Amino acid sequence: MIKLESIGLLAAAFGLTLLSGGALAGEASTISGAGATFPYPVYSKWADTYAKETHIKLNYQAIGSGGGIKQITEGTVDFGASDAPLTPEDLDKAGLIQFPVVMGGVVPVINVAGIKAGELKLAPDVLADIFLGKIKKWNDPRLVQSNPGLKLPDTAVTVVHRSDGSGTTWIFTNYLAKVSPEWSKAVGSDKSVAWPTGVGGKGNQGVASYVQRINGAIGYVESAYAIQNHMAHAKLRNHDGRFVDPTDDSVQAAAKGADWTHARSFYMVLTDQAGAASWPITGASFVLVHRQQKDADTGRAVLRFFDWGYRNGGAAAKELGYIPMPASVVDLVEKTWEKDLKDAGGQKLWPASKK
Amino acid sequence: MSSVGAATQESQSEPPESVGPLAAGVRLRSPADRFFRGLTGFFALLVLLSVFGMLVTLLVGSWPALRTFGPKFLASKEWNPVTGQFGALAPLYGTVITSLIALLVGVPVSFGIALVITELAPRWLKRPIGVAIELLAAIPSIIYGMWGLFVFAPAFAAHLQPWLTEHIGSWPILGLLFEGPPMGIGMLTAGLILAIMIIPFMAAVMRDVFETVPASLRESAYALGCTTWEVVWRVILPYTRVGVIGGIMLGLGRALGETMAVTFVIGNAHDIHLSLFMPGNTISSTLANEFTEAVTPLYTSSLLALGLVLFVLTLIVLTGSRLLLMKMRAREGERT
Repeated sequence: MIKLESIGLLAAAFGLTLLSGGALAGEASTISGAGATFPYPVYSKWADTYAKETHIKLNYQAIGSGGGIKQITEGTVDFGASDAPLTPEDLDKAGLIQFPVVMGGVVPVINVAGIKAGELKLAPDVLADIFLGKIKKWNDPRLVQSNPGLKLPDTAVTVVHRSDGSGTTWIFTNYLAKVSPEWSKAVGSDKSVAWPTGVGGKGNQGVASYVQRINGAIGYVESAYAIQNHMAHAKLRNHDGRFVDPTDDSVQAAAKGADWTHARSFYMVLTDQAGAASWPITGASFVLVHRQQKDADTGRAVLRFFDWGYRNGGAAAKELGYIPMPASVVDLVEKTWEKDLKDAGGQKLWPASKK
Repeated sequence: MSSVGAATQESQSEPPESVGPLAAGVRLRSPADRFFRGLTGFFALLVLLSVFGMLVTLLVGSWPALRTFGPKFLASKEWNPVTGQFGALAPLYGTVITSLIALLVGVPVSFGIALVITELAPRWLKRPIGVAIELLAAIPSIIYGMWGLFVFAPAFAAHLQPWLTEHIGSWPILGLLFEGPPMGIGMLTAGLILAIMIIPFMAAVMRDVFETVPASLRESAYALGCTTWEVVWRVILPYTRVGVIGGIMLGLGRALGETMAVTFVIGNAHDIHLSLFMPGNTISSTLANEFTEAVTPLYTSSLLALGLVLFVLTLIVLTGSRLLLMKMRAREGERT
């Protein structure tokens, strides 16, 4: 009996040391997530700062969106992450809700002799036809037409795409399918597709190095990646007919223009959004959690983490090349938490009362 | 259904307490002896079990794809995750072609290296070359891949590819292999990188087996007035046949299964081109590329089916080499 008590005391003392300094008693000290690779840098940056402030650790495995969806469906992690939104039907079937956390742009990058960053202007249908393999030379009349004054060389166009399944590809092909009926019919949109032409590089790194090495190449990478590596991007004509550069502002403009209020379960694709300044190939990265949380404390800890990220993580996200969600969208997300998330007893999970 | 069948089969193959034929006829004196025999027997059995388990896992995993596509899976080059149409032909073709290129280039070179080390080089040079070969064999494959992408491919595109197109590109039939823009990335690059990767393996094995030839044999041949070439061709090679073929198979095995280095330089396009300059795909690079984001069950299953195809391909290669050896031995028997 005495022995048992002492074990209990020991456990309590141990627990206290773990939870001391910010974390509330009865709350999980580690939350675990798995999924998309795209937001991994920002989640781990947030987790680092968050752990220093609250002593709650985040264990995030960037195993890919597919794996993330599998793991959260099976309940082996506390949250999943996906670069492509799940349809409301799929969410209902798995008993999940999703919400957007950060955004990013996808940027066409080129390697054409004599053409510098932002000089080449691409119309949506031209971009689609390049990736369909119909425009084979850089001095094609249709490219010349939208780029008066640029000296376009007689070089073969080499398309570079992702070889691995990727949320970036999902966003990019989703855009092409929206602006080109032919793309939509012949190829469609997914995390990996049957590319009509070109070579495949693994990861943003692979695409970037192929583009930099092949004369006459055009590929697509995440905006953060393009900026950090000083790659020559092309301007795109957006929904409003203006040619825009991929910048923080133009990506955020795309999110502001979107009608989140009417998007069921945040099923929102930010490609080809209206707005004079909108960057047309924009996407959000989503987090998935179970609608009914078996372990309310852990569930709440996950929500607290993302709430913290929304409110304090903006600067860190921007530094890494991501675009934080606008405040209006954050409000909507947290209202959804309040409305849809329940613990095992059917009680609301959010707002998490401060004990 | 199939998983149930597999499970019962597996439990049947589970060894009984005794190790069967191993124990028969031998009286084991002490329990320690018996224990040791049992333990080592178990280790040996583990090999068989894991091969069998692997096969069963692959079969079960790839069953949905095989059931959906049937034999068409092997004949179709379509690989479309959007429409859910999968066929293994393009990666299978890429795997076979790149491995063939690797062998075509690698076997003569490694034979030459082994020859120099064992027969021709002065004594003081043998060790440095031997150690260098072993060091090369120990370099992880991703390093070869990165070197291929950052150093070899650009140089290849700038110098060798234009030369090949210019000089061989206009030949009938053979010229078709060297068409297309010089990108530096593609099947030929992948094959050459593979060759560079497997040369140390094959050369090391060949050197080791060449050194097993008894000095008396070699010197008798020289004493009869044979040239070095005759000694190598008529004495050393026949004597070491099994080892040499084993070394080539080891290299081929590595070439067939190599993942990262190939993924870096092959261009990863699900397509079949006659030209070796064009991008292609191999089974293992497809798996490495697409497993993480394969969401639908059919997609995952098709990838596992690709793994099964590679498994069977390796099995065929091994069986083929065994048959070849048996045939050679039989011919040997006729001659003497």
